Amino acid sequence: MATNNGVKETYYESAIKKGYDRRDFMKFAAFITAYMGFEHTMVGQVAKSLETTYRLPIIWEHYQECTCCSESFIRSDHPMVADIILDNVSLDYTETLMAASGHQAEAAKHDTMKKYHGEYILCVEGSVPLGADGVYCTIAGKTAKDHLIEAAEGAKAIIAWGSCATNGCVQGAKPNPTGATPIHKIIKNKPIVQMPGCPPIGEAMAALIVHYVTFDRLPELDRSGRPKAFYGKRVHDTCYRRPYFDAGLFAETFDDENAKEGYCLYKLGCKGPTTYNACGSMKWNNGVSFPIQSGHGCIGCSEANFWDNGPFYKRLTNLPGFGIESTADTVGKVAVGAVAVGLATHAVVANISKHKELKNRYTRGRVNEENLDKTEEN
Amino acid sequence: MQTISQTHDFKRVLVWELPVRIFHWLNALSIIVLIITGFIIANPPAILSSAEASDSYWFGTVRAIHFITAYVFLVNAIARIYWAFRGNYYANWRAFVPYTKKSWKNIMHVMKVDIFLRNEEKEVLKNISVGHNYVASFSYLILFFLALVQIFTGFGLYAPTSGWWLPQLFAWVPDFLGGDVPTRLIHHISTWLFIIFTLIHVYLVFYHDWLEGRGESSSMISGYKFVRKERIEKDDHI
Repeated sequence: MATNNGVKETYYESAIKKGYDRRDFMKFAAFITAYMGFEHTMVGQVAKSLETTYRLPIIWEHYQECTCCSESFIRSDHPMVADIILDNVSLDYTETLMAASGHQAEAAKHDTMKKYHGEYILCVEGSVPLGADGVYCTIAGKTAKDHLIEAAEGAKAIIAWGSCATNGCVQGAKPNPTGATPIHKIIKNKPIVQMPGCPPIGEAMAALIVHYVTFDRLPELDRSGRPKAFYGKRVHDTCYRRPYFDAGLFAETFDDENAKEGYCLYKLGCKGPTTYNACGSMKWNNGVSFPIQSGHGCIGCSEANFWDNGPFYKRLTNLPGFGIESTADTVGKVAVGAVAVGLATHAVVANISKHKELKNRYTRGRVNEENLDKTEEN
Repeated sequence: MQTISQTHDFKRVLVWELPVRIFHWLNALSIIVLIITGFIIANPPAILSSAEASDSYWFGTVRAIHFITAYVFLVNAIARIYWAFRGNYYANWRAFVPYTKKSWKNIMHVMKVDIFLRNEEKEVLKNISVGHNYVASFSYLILFFLALVQIFTGFGLYAPTSGWWLPQLFAWVPDFLGGDVPTRLIHHISTWLFIIFTLIHVYLVFYHDWLEGRGESSSMISGYKFVRKERIEKDDHI
């Protein structure tokens, strides 16, 4: 794509211009190919695409969010992820990183939208508040909803980046006072890639863009619209503590001997078994660690409504409508107790109420028994 | 004493055919195994062990038993559905769906006499159930839907760990229910409903056997129930 001065350049040219050498570039190509889940023979094709394809124009919108998604990708493994794939590309318009501000920024955005109509990729970070006519999030005098509809109109595809944009995240948690709404509920006529996570992994985002550049189409998505390459497996399936799970070795509290041994955090409410993400294999902050490796269970931040899905430190989810901290097991035990009492009462009442019937049957049985005795005696 | 000493003649009726009995006990066994392993999976016991993780696999084994039993439960249920179209009058699907006027009359009768324990003024032969009474069979219909809930949520949660096409048929369920966490919660709650069903079911078998003495509990082993001679003579299958 063109930078602001209007000169088109490829990813490779852009990298060289930025001071990376070819070796860095090839390292990046190898690294991002691995992240996309392809075998190493694909590196050549990826590198070639990055050399020959003009950079995709990207507009990066921020609505109701905390910017942790942007923070995530600027801390990604390889500097080129932030520098070339995401950061510079989005210079056209991204509130957090662009140099321009105010009217200039809005003008830059509208320029891009006009010039690359139908070509640009729209990244949305944050949810759109629909409550009170959308006044909870206004930028340049317009509501987030108006911005989104305007920007989505000329977009080739939309990337809903982070849990806010995919499911509302914390703003969308009950009682959702601002009416925070995920992107796919507002925009229906564009392909939307869901990249949930609070935040999502920056490399996954870069790999998504490189995939688009290399193959000129979106990667394979699952039923929820998430790229299968990054959301196809549960955190549990790639967790390095999984052997402890299979061996039945669990930490009971965060400070017990088992926790120090690094046992599985399943009983401390780790949501790894119910969370689809690549944290266990890609990890965070240059591959340093991920929550479970740091001794804290997964909170399931890339699952829809994870704020409402019960306590982070317990396995069983709270049951709505049964009071705070009442789990399915507590309700189950009470229900079984009540049924048992009911059945015992039924048994007692049955013996009283059906007394006559029982007695008649008993007597008839006794008569038969006596007759039988007589016949045997004879 | 005169009326009392008039004892009744009973006839032995084959109510539960062998496939029904096999289904019943296989179903009972798999439900018990699934409940026990299910609770262990939901809340594994605290074990302090100096063993290396590589030397032990007991939790994996418990999960394997749960999954294998789930397949037994599923195949058994499918076999029973087949038998609902092939089996005798008492095994047929029609015996479980109260869609006739007769069945609703029977439900009213059972509610009055067996649930609220009122006594009948006059004994009506027609009210003696040979197979299930319609309240019981309706409870099995509810159990059938509970089993469907367990199969769909259970195989839905299991699908991502399996490459086979059968579990993949249920892979849409967690997405449909809003994620794995709500799916798991539904799976867990309906386990408790199975326990409550079992309590009531076993109690009512004992109640009927204790009160009527017609071989209610042994019928699921032998297949036979004892029915009054006069009742059979007028039998129109209820």
